[in-house]
Amino acid sequence: MQFKNKWLPYILLSPSLIIILIFLIYPSIDTFRLAFYRVAPFGDRRIFIGFQNYLRLLQDPDYLNAIVISIAFTAFVVIVGLTLSLAIAVLANQRLPGFAIYRTFFIWPYALSPAIAGIVWAFFFDPNVGPIPRLLANQFGTSLNWRADATLAFFLIATAATWKQLGYNIVFFLASLQSIPKELLEAAAIDGAGPPVRFRRIVFPLISPMTFFLVITNTLFAFFETFGLLHVTTQGGPGRATELLIYKLYRDGFESLRSGYASAQSIMLFILVALITILQFRYAQRRVFYQ
Amino acid sequence: MKARKIITFLLAHLGMLLATLLVLLPILYALLISTQSPSEYYAFPPKLRFGSDWLENYSIAWQQAKLGRLLLNSSFVAIAVALGKIVLSILAAFAFIYFDFRFKVLFFVLILITHMLPLPVRIVPTFELIDQFRWVNSFNALTIPFFASATGVLLFHQLFRTIPRDLADAAVIDGASPLQFLWSILIPLSFTNMAALFLIEFIYMWNQYLWPLIVANFERTRQIQIGLKLLIATDATIDWHIVMAGVMVALLPPLLLLIALQAQFIRGVAMQQEK
Repeated sequence: MQFKNKWLPYILLSPSLIIILIFLIYPSIDTFRLAFYRVAPFGDRRIFIGFQNYLRLLQDPDYLNAIVISIAFTAFVVIVGLTLSLAIAVLANQRLPGFAIYRTFFIWPYALSPAIAGIVWAFFFDPNVGPIPRLLANQFGTSLNWRADATLAFFLIATAATWKQLGYNIVFFLASLQSIPKELLEAAAIDGAGPPVRFRRIVFPLISPMTFFLVITNTLFAFFETFGLLHVTTQGGPGRATELLIYKLYRDGFESLRSGYASAQSIMLFILVALITILQFRYAQRRVFYQ
Repeated sequence: MKARKIITFLLAHLGMLLATLLVLLPILYALLISTQSPSEYYAFPPKLRFGSDWLENYSIAWQQAKLGRLLLNSSFVAIAVALGKIVLSILAAFAFIYFDFRFKVLFFVLILITHMLPLPVRIVPTFELIDQFRWVNSFNALTIPFFASATGVLLFHQLFRTIPRDLADAAVIDGASPLQFLWSILIPLSFTNMAALFLIEFIYMWNQYLWPLIVANFERTRQIQIGLKLLIATDATIDWHIVMAGVMVALLPPLLLLIALQAQFIRGVAMQQEK
């Protein structure tokens, strides 16, 4: 039975709707509009230039560079991060005495900010005092400096981001592993399936919806939540070696004040989010194996 | 046979210890450095023990970055937004589940669509709007745009759907108003979800970076993540012991909250999974 009241539901919804309309819907529509303009040199005037911002984007080597780096970075975070997390989750899922304690620790890194993850790993990679360059210097006599070395800088941000997500990924994988019915695994064991076969034929298909969910969340994280991590560490450098799309957007929009050009980049990111959302709706339940 | 079992058991624990270290070691090491003097952490191989300078490091970090003010600013923003989201999402979910009204589906879609509009896809006009409101360097800019929450509405929507309809029927027969029903029946049933949402949103706001950098990089409103950057001088060598002291202070509030609300969070995770 529903409550009967003409105005109350609207009153209840109005705070949420007003905020969404003013601060989410309106600016999103305005982003589309702004992407058709550029700011006139000397002045507040905006000049309509049609699709030129988009055309320029696709010819901008720095933008193409940012796309390549973002994809490589996301692939690292997703592939290395999820593989490592799944391995740890499988290990932690064993029902042995004393294992419950470990499980509570894994959730702690969820409290970490990307910026803090960046700072901590910037220390580990620090050319002067960082344990990693010093270990390598001691072993191989090489000196490593991420401020000059593009590959190293990339590994710094990718490692920091992957590590920041570990706790979250492990907790979700564990939740998924624990929901697998024990009888299923026992039956397979009786039929002579060893642990590797059981994992490949039973466990992995059963957790595939969770894997899919984590691929999506980690991809969104890599594209949208990594600005702080970059800002406290490489700032996109050396050169533009670690300039992810989000960082380029910030630079163009808020350092160079090219609001039209930045808006066009926002729209490109919106297209990415839209694609991921469609993917989620289409495949979340159907393609992946679901019990 | 028994010996083999014990060895497997020990190996499993060894593996777990290594895994836990991999996950926690970076932050534990940062904790150790925050207590050491430079000569202690310059040593190689690293000394994995607490140092002697913790009091000095923390007080220097505290003064240099004005950590007290930063903690206050970030706490205010994170608590205000977390509470605001809880209130607004409960009201919205209540309307969706217990009332029939025009444009219901449209409004629901409007709220869900916000999932597709993270800040970077609308950042320039959002900033211009805040500028027109004269909200730059104000707590309004850091809180009000974040009050609406698709996650929160979905969370309570899901919960309210599982609550037996008989409860609402009984309330109507007893002459209770909708708001009385909300207050005395639904709210007490929502505490676990409220705690989970509070935790998620507190941590999310506490850890934000891009938006506070753009609208609140001023002494009055600066957030703690941005403040940490002040401890990292870009040209000179970095005083890592001071930086790590700042990091520990910035990490403590969300971590303590996480430990306190861990159980509710796990149940929240379980709910999200059923979605």
